[in-house]
Amino acid sequence: MLLKRDIEDTSRLERVLKSGHFAFTAELGPPRGCNVEKVKKKIGYLKGKVDAVNITDNQTAIVRMSSLVVSSICLSEGLEPVYQMVCRDRNRLAMQADILGGYSMGIRTMLCLSGDHQSFGDHPQAKGVFDLDSIQLISMVKKMRDEGKFLSGADIDVPPKKLFIGAAANPFADPFEMRILRLAKKVKAGVDFIQTQCIFNMKKFKEWLKRVNDMGLTEKVYILAGITPLKSVGMARYMQTKVPGMDVPEELIKRLKGVGKEKAAEEGIKIACEQIEELKELKGVAGIHLMAIEWEHKVPEIAERAGLLPRPEV
Amino acid sequence: MIVVEKKPFEEIKKLVMPFKKVLVVGCGTCVAVCLSGGEKEAEILKNQLNLALGKEGYKFDHITLERQCDKEFLEELEDISKDYDAFLSMACGAGIQFLAEVYPEIPVLPAVNTNFIGVNKGVGWYEERCRACGNCVLGITGGICPVTMCAKSLFNGPCGGTNKGKCEVNENQPCAWYMIYERLSKQGRLEQILDIIPANDWKTQGPRTIIQPGYEKLYDNNSLNK
Repeated sequence: MLLKRDIEDTSRLERVLKSGHFAFTAELGPPRGCNVEKVKKKIGYLKGKVDAVNITDNQTAIVRMSSLVVSSICLSEGLEPVYQMVCRDRNRLAMQADILGGYSMGIRTMLCLSGDHQSFGDHPQAKGVFDLDSIQLISMVKKMRDEGKFLSGADIDVPPKKLFIGAAANPFADPFEMRILRLAKKVKAGVDFIQTQCIFNMKKFKEWLKRVNDMGLTEKVYILAGITPLKSVGMARYMQTKVPGMDVPEELIKRLKGVGKEKAAEEGIKIACEQIEELKELKGVAGIHLMAIEWEHKVPEIAERAGLLPRPEV
Repeated sequence: MIVVEKKPFEEIKKLVMPFKKVLVVGCGTCVAVCLSGGEKEAEILKNQLNLALGKEGYKFDHITLERQCDKEFLEELEDISKDYDAFLSMACGAGIQFLAEVYPEIPVLPAVNTNFIGVNKGVGWYEERCRACGNCVLGITGGICPVTMCAKSLFNGPCGGTNKGKCEVNENQPCAWYMIYERLSKQGRLEQILDIIPANDWKTQGPRTIIQPGYEKLYDNNSLNK
């Protein structure tokens, strides 16, 4: 499945952002098996509607088809992948090997994450690796790209020179101040773009963004604001109470409740579109990252209604 | 100290079954302090075993050594070792292994599971504090170990899962980086964690040996597993 992509080709997301377009990315969760058809179906929904799509890496610590391979399927189907890599499942040797392999297949965009703790997943007895943390991973990828060297210092024979490096930020987890310092550390480590945790509490996000702007960080890194459409009151309540680091204000839940069970999903999409409209106007927001969890087929509709289509040719 | 827990009695029973005469060997240091393998616990275990298996022709005695991680104290067993078919050690994993190394002819069995290096928070209450990673960063992290206290051993700040100051993995466990932030902030030393802590040098993968400066000459280079 080797892709005919030139070694000098750049990341599509990078080109979109650097040419000043408001970027739009989505997410694709790999299947719990070898169901390639399911992957292709999801790709079908997203192709042409997003600039790039995050391929999650054993998200929530549940075993799935490897993000590297699903990224490769995306490439051969003509959809630009954001190859996610978590620190939970690999040591520095495996990480560097996969980065080289991924780059050779045509991957140009990466997202470096710590990863959900293994105790949440389907193999809670597993040994979490965490040889590196997400910031050390960013530094390592940058070193591979810019210096052409492995973490050990040895030279790489044809380095991954055009990688575009991403990471996550959560403006809602505490301590608030530390969240800004941590973003600053990620920037220092060499991150090019950030995708935020799902934004429900817009007021708090704006506070965070103001601080990030004041520190001059938005001059150095592209921030893609994370949006998740709520499908139901149950989902909203679950995210509010059961997902650590998530901040779902009570007003949002009230609003979903107010329209009745049948219309809640539609209201959720409406809320997401309003949030996107609001985010477009904010200084320092360079794009949207839409996490429509197991709702990939709704992405084109949301993109259309939020005025994010057509996507630019770059 | 090194904190251990006694194995379930049924497991211990199964371990000792192949041997008729067994010496329960307590240890007078860490395991005594954490109420799992000192003189008192060794005597209780001996009595329990005699009660459970005595009628079937088994015989258990007990002794407590000052330390099982020290040859000098292990040598105390030299005269009586031949009287036993096996030793049932209540020391930590290091003590058990050293006992087995000094008496290679005699089967040595563990009566405890060795858990962690920890502190005594209250009577009978112990908490882990150190993973012996060999590369201490406590000087920059406000005296709170991110390797031990963070479920993901993160070196550069909290993950996105901090939940009202608690770890996402366990709501009773404070987030290590939340604590580090709070402490450094109160001490006016937050700038300490702005620098990136580089990838750790994990030296824990093979058995480690330390010879303190000045003692090198005492040991033949070939006998050291460096």
